[in-house]
Amino acid sequence: MRTVYLVTAFVLVLGISVLGFRGKVFTHTPMDVFPDLLFPGMKVQPKFRAQGTSSFFADGRIDRMPPAGTVPASGPLKDDDALYLGKAADGSWIRVFPASVTVNRRLLERGRERYGIYCAPCHGGLGDGNGVTKRYGMGATPSYHDERLRQMSEGQIFDTITHGKAPAYNMNPYADKLTPEDRWAVVAYVRALQKTQTGTLDEVPAKNRPELGLK
Amino acid sequence: MSHLFPKSANKLPLQIIIYLCVIGVVATAGITYYMTPKYTRVGYAPVQPVPYSHALHAGQLGLDCRYCHSNIEASGLANLPTAQTCMNCHNQIKTASPLLAVVRRSYATGQPVPWVQVHRLPDFVYFNHSIHVARGVGCVECHGHINQMETVTHDQPLTMAFCLDCHRDPAPRLRPRAEVTNLDWRAPSAAAQDAMGRKFVHDWNVNPPQSCSGCHR
Repeated sequence: MRTVYLVTAFVLVLGISVLGFRGKVFTHTPMDVFPDLLFPGMKVQPKFRAQGTSSFFADGRIDRMPPAGTVPASGPLKDDDALYLGKAADGSWIRVFPASVTVNRRLLERGRERYGIYCAPCHGGLGDGNGVTKRYGMGATPSYHDERLRQMSEGQIFDTITHGKAPAYNMNPYADKLTPEDRWAVVAYVRALQKTQTGTLDEVPAKNRPELGLK
Repeated sequence: MSHLFPKSANKLPLQIIIYLCVIGVVATAGITYYMTPKYTRVGYAPVQPVPYSHALHAGQLGLDCRYCHSNIEASGLANLPTAQTCMNCHNQIKTASPLLAVVRRSYATGQPVPWVQVHRLPDFVYFNHSIHVARGVGCVECHGHINQMETVTHDQPLTMAFCLDCHRDPAPRLRPRAEVTNLDWRAPSAAAQDAMGRKFVHDWNVNPPQSCSGCHR
């Protein structure tokens, strides 16, 4: 009997040595202890998950691009040129915000948040072009406080976010990350950043001056 | 017949029963310890086609999670970034790095980078990222300190028990919405977290489903 227990103990120690303990870092594909073949449980279903692969399509991708020249049936018809292109009816850049965008504190807060995520890494928290990427070799990122960019119309800033400046100036489009409404929020926040450098005391309402430590 | 079986054989049935009990205990302990995701999945850190370091990008540079995983607030799926997202910076930084060759090829040809999925739920689970983010569940609760990982490592078991722990009592794991992607954020004290969590549960009407159909369809 003693031999049986010794062998059991040996097998136990051997098993633990091979399997190790929880939390160990490993690179091999995780073991499936209840494979679907033996324990059918719909764990793996014949369905498409986003960003997955499929042999059905020639390029192996599940996600499909809309066919060229089509308009999605879902969502609003994008016929508001001011909102979606930043252009007036005559094709010129608009110098105001589109009628459907209300500039208020809420929009500016949204703009600040989006700016912090998508723009600040290069353009910097102050809009001076000194983002963190500059230290790693990003070329000259323009400052918003240049006269050229102060004079730039709202529509043109919107267009820059939408389509980028590549390849001439390296900035890629951000239309995939910012919805048109978010882009207008960022434009509003960029205007607010510019104001931080050009604002005067006269523009601060008397009741808000104590907040800035002014009389 | 007495010479066929020694006297010690009388004890044998009892010894066998005791041994089977011991084996039963060992097997139960072994299955409990080794056959759950706490062992099979936690620690999974596959070799990726590009040795992208979250510790560098999310930790050192301080990029927000949403810079790359840009749909987490709007979509149920936390998307992987497009190659263009990488090229936003890498069209100027480390443009000749051989480690980025896969990304450059993807950007030029449109063929996706074959990233290896780390966190994978069974197909019968319908987890929605956007609602968790909108209700102040931090990324760190399920993914761990990604901003300290050179290679993304499966941090939490993501079992049904793990989900239900929070669905039954969400207050200890809720945070201000502005801190959702801040992986290093912690409430100043346990009491503060408790008060804050309870307030969020009330204000945001947090009512996580515990019914089967909440997560399974």
